Amino acid sequence: MNPQRFKLLFLQALVAVLLVGFWHVGSTVPVGGGYLLPKFFFSTPADVGLQVWKLFAEGTTQIVRCSDPIDPSRLLSTSDPCFGKTVWQHLLITLTEGMLAFVIGAVAGVALGFWLARNRMLSAVFEPYIKMLNALPRVVLAPIFMLWLGLGIWSKVALGVTLVFFIVFFNVYQGVREVSGVILANARMLGMSERQLFAHVYWPSALSWMFSSLHTSVGFAIIGAVVGEYLGSAAGLGYLINQAEGTFDTTGVFAGMVILAVFVLVIDGLVTLVEKRLLVWRPPAAAGQT
Amino acid sequence: MHDRPAGAAAVARRGDADPAAQEAVRFRGVMIAFSLPGGASYPAVAATDLAVGTHEFVAIVGPTGCGKSTLLNAAAGLLAPSSGEVFVLGARLTGINRAAGYLFQQDAVMPWKTARDNVAIGLEVAGVARAQAAAKAQAWLERVGLGAFAERYPHQLSGGQRKRVGLAQVLIRAPKILLMDEPFGPLDAQTRQIMGNLLLELWAFERKAVLFVTHDLEEAIALADRVIIMSAGPAARVIGDHTIDLARPRDASEVRLSPRFHELHKLIWSQLRTEVLKAYNASGSDSAGAAYSAGGA
Repeated sequence: MNPQRFKLLFLQALVAVLLVGFWHVGSTVPVGGGYLLPKFFFSTPADVGLQVWKLFAEGTTQIVRCSDPIDPSRLLSTSDPCFGKTVWQHLLITLTEGMLAFVIGAVAGVALGFWLARNRMLSAVFEPYIKMLNALPRVVLAPIFMLWLGLGIWSKVALGVTLVFFIVFFNVYQGVREVSGVILANARMLGMSERQLFAHVYWPSALSWMFSSLHTSVGFAIIGAVVGEYLGSAAGLGYLINQAEGTFDTTGVFAGMVILAVFVLVIDGLVTLVEKRLLVWRPPAAAGQT
Repeated sequence: MHDRPAGAAAVARRGDADPAAQEAVRFRGVMIAFSLPGGASYPAVAATDLAVGTHEFVAIVGPTGCGKSTLLNAAAGLLAPSSGEVFVLGARLTGINRAAGYLFQQDAVMPWKTARDNVAIGLEVAGVARAQAAAKAQAWLERVGLGAFAERYPHQLSGGQRKRVGLAQVLIRAPKILLMDEPFGPLDAQTRQIMGNLLLELWAFERKAVLFVTHDLEEAIALADRVIIMSAGPAARVIGDHTIDLARPRDASEVRLSPRFHELHKLIWSQLRTEVLKAYNASGSDSAGAAYSAGGA
């Protein structure tokens, strides 16, 4: 490890230590008559850490248990009262919802982005409607989706899809529209048919735009899942947080947030790995942008 | 840039016993106008007649904005003339010119493909097996001096190296006609001369027909058999046609020191200078520049 990197890591750790230290002191050391950060509102770092550890160590977050052997098909069930879920199962459910939302949203975004970008008339017709839908805050759709799709994972997937779709759609649309005229003319002169232009020019260009927004769209897929769970469900990280909130369990809320933050960080790291492999042809300065 | 379905492209073939078959490209009364926003039309190129022989290296020189590139795009089939016709190897051109390779002024290689894949693509889309196309591409990269850079992506290459990839990409398809639009324009002076020599070296093998657009008169004289002078736009036309009788094989940089080169340069420059000044004075209105960028590929 070179000294520059070591210094950076040290400074990054220092920020965490200072923040947690301030939180700890504020919530445990009395100042005057009370605390700067009362436990009821802010919990304490030690309690939150203990709660996270407990969640992972003890396994379940629910008291109800059944003696049935674990049935894999029930792993993703969100409404099984007989099945106390471990924090891993909650994570798995949130991850499943997020990934489904990402895949469905991305496929739909790519398909429609291509279609509209190659068809000027169609895109002109749909433009105001797409703008309208995109301007709509997606959270207001959550109750509708729950009404339509129930409290299971699909209402969360639907919410995530509405978030992911527009990011991918606009990027692919842009990517197809902004293929350099010179590269296109060159490809034509090299003898490419329309189908070959699609495979060798439009597709890679659109994909590069899509992948440049990979961090954003994967992040939004997870947000859709968590917000959906938070608003109504029986499983997932959002549910964990919501449940703790319902009982004024500040420690539980913070513990949920810590788990969520680490979870998102891990996923973001995986996305970076995928991106590095897929966008190897990009100059480093451009590839780092999101 | 005009869009044209490539499927509708006509195949350019040699006419039987037609004297025109000796001509790689012929412009017959080619006139090109661009419609401007507001309904007006800007005449970029006035009716032009010009022929390029099957083994001839022709350079077109003219001031910026004179429609040289526009004329080249018409020969490539990327742009349909407003009136007149373009003949390629004796046959009337409609759609993309399949017999031609085009080296653009800007970087036109695909940034998402390695140097080798970029060179191989012209063969691949023509149905050559992938492995075979890759092997040929490697051979071509070696010919342009980039054998060791086959796995690199365009952004990992210098401007000159990218031009070499572009050159290999065009030549691997063995086009009968080579169209070049200020191909070495963005390069520095030394690299330009090296690329000029590389071009002459490769050209000497097969002596394809070359239509080479440049604003650099020295480059034109050093490379070409014939130098065509175009007037300043609008409605640019051919105003001079000079045969360059410098011996071949030439060295693109050394030939510039010969007395004959200086004579030719002096002769052609006296004609070109008037046009350059005209274009320079007209560029105050900016109309020439705007139309040029509209017409440029």
